[in-house]
Amino acid sequence: MGKTLLHKTWEAHSVRQLASGQTQLFIGLHLVHEVTSPQAFQMLRERGAKVRFPERTFATVDHIVPTDVTDRPFIDSLAEEMMSAIEQNTKEYGIPLFDISDHRQGVVHVVGPELGLTQPGMTIACGDSHTSTHGAFGAIAFGIGTSQVRDVLATQCLAMERLKVRRINVSGSLSNGVYAKDVILHIIGLLGVKGGVGYGYEYGGEVIESMSMEERMTVCNMAIEGGARVGYVNPDHTTFDYLQGRPYAPAEGDFDRAISWWQNMASDVDAVYDDVVNIQGSDIGPTITWGITPGQSVSIDGTIPELGLLEGDERKSVQEALEYMGFNEGQSIAGTPVDVTFVGSCTNGRLSDLREAAKVAQGHKVANGVKALIVPGSQQVSAAAEAEGLHEIFQEAGFEWRGAGCSMCLAMNPDKLQGDQLCASSSNRNFKGRQGSPTGRTMLMSPAMVAAAAISGEVIDVRTMLN
Amino acid sequence: MEKSSVRKQIVGRGVPVRGADIDTDRIIPARYLRTVTFENLGDHAFEDDRVGGEHPFDEQRYQDSEVLVANANFGCGSSREHAPQALMRWGIKAFIAESFAEIFFGNCTTLGLPCVTATAADVQNLQNAIDADSRQEVTVDVESRIVCFSGREIDVSIPDGVREQLVSGNWDSLGQLWDAEKEVDVLAAKLPYTKSFVA
Repeated sequence: MGKTLLHKTWEAHSVRQLASGQTQLFIGLHLVHEVTSPQAFQMLRERGAKVRFPERTFATVDHIVPTDVTDRPFIDSLAEEMMSAIEQNTKEYGIPLFDISDHRQGVVHVVGPELGLTQPGMTIACGDSHTSTHGAFGAIAFGIGTSQVRDVLATQCLAMERLKVRRINVSGSLSNGVYAKDVILHIIGLLGVKGGVGYGYEYGGEVIESMSMEERMTVCNMAIEGGARVGYVNPDHTTFDYLQGRPYAPAEGDFDRAISWWQNMASDVDAVYDDVVNIQGSDIGPTITWGITPGQSVSIDGTIPELGLLEGDERKSVQEALEYMGFNEGQSIAGTPVDVTFVGSCTNGRLSDLREAAKVAQGHKVANGVKALIVPGSQQVSAAAEAEGLHEIFQEAGFEWRGAGCSMCLAMNPDKLQGDQLCASSSNRNFKGRQGSPTGRTMLMSPAMVAAAAISGEVIDVRTMLN
Repeated sequence: MEKSSVRKQIVGRGVPVRGADIDTDRIIPARYLRTVTFENLGDHAFEDDRVGGEHPFDEQRYQDSEVLVANANFGCGSSREHAPQALMRWGIKAFIAESFAEIFFGNCTTLGLPCVTATAADVQNLQNAIDADSRQEVTVDVESRIVCFSGREIDVSIPDGVREQLVSGNWDSLGQLWDAEKEVDVLAAKLPYTKSFVA
């Protein structure tokens, strides 16, 4: 009976079974950022512990980093305090830090892959729920809380319950103007925001297999929005080609051996899954959220549900979302006016995302009264985009070209919505208040759709703007 | 382990927090994560939901509540431990819900806060009973997987391993992981990526 990649990776990293029945799991890579780590380092200090494997631990700064003025000290004294804390903690414990003066700095889930730290068959942990992103490489990557960050710092291990595996096949192909973001929003819409609890999602099928690594990262990134703590894609030649030559990837002389091991770690053809879901790529359109959970979405040519057709809890949830968003039941989603547009985040802040947005923006102007932000996911993404002249396309069109960081995805930095502004966003969460204003509103969509909304001033089918 | 870490039974007043998919951004908005400690987070629990002053956390009758009763998918979203920390510092000692998001559940366990699940109907009955009489005690019996209120008992669920950790007082995850130094070294040395993939 064949095994899944999750099963094999779990076995390879199991130290022992704990009295609680959980597995003590060794973590191959620990990524650290400034928001969820200071308390963990403090706990370490209180217990007199050391960092067990500093060479398997890497830190960067992203959540609180301003994307315009980054001079130190930061204007926000609380952000400055956090920045000083991670500088001091990483120095004290011998952990490499890619800080804002380092060209490798950026959103932690953009940085890990682009440096080649993220590798197939590896267990990865980070104090951030979007750690599932790294599953794009065939890693098993967990978002953890601060006490668990402490655990990994002190022991390089986590106490975990083994997950079930749901295989999600996306067959056929996507139509023009439909992107990885639409695929994952469609999956979450279909399976629900808690459908994945207890599962890891294994994505496969022609649509996934033909995706670039950056597209696979988008799909894995939002596994957690579907309730699944990890999501992954089996490693293949797209994975190996991406990794080859990156700074922390296996050296040239070791690379063929690495490929052999990685291929062995992929799910067997006769692997047994706890559940299988089949989706046709051709059924997926440009998808957009209208509510306050990532599962409340519709295709661009669709309408918001009618309350009369719903019952019980679902009706209550839809009602609550409509009240918050100021939308009407049965309303078309196209034509909704937007105030702010945001391209960026660990979901969609990579070079290919900026390219797709630039294709739409080129030769147009941002609509009057719309604030349009483009925030590269890392300094390396920024440099690569500038080398292609993407920043000029955006600036000529009236977009603001910013520095690398999490920016308006979660708005714990100066980039925030004001009042009840509505934002077309390439990020991952449309929760109430998520983008920094308690009454701010978010509609999630692909970067191309965000750029189209910026140009037209309202939600619009990007396919009408593509040649 | 000190006896005080044992979590066999939590007895306290309840507070219903209604609605599905209450995410951790709502429990503690991101702007309060700009801190290097967990202190003072209790003051900001559900802050943006409390703007109108109608949230249960603002009602006088719930001020001493210790058992939070929620609906489906409570604690979804961000992995921020600041969420259970904020609720714990507000005074919550146990959670009952239809279901929990996985990371939130794990974070609660590492803080010794039991999360038990019950059917939608039982949760609703419990919320209504607390609404009708907020002074009554709600007993969360982790050991026997029962919640008692208004002279009634409902069955609740909690995974075996987590129940065992809470009941025995061994929920401190670091305590469990600490004493396997040698095994960890042996395993790390065997992993292909720690030795240039040489067999």
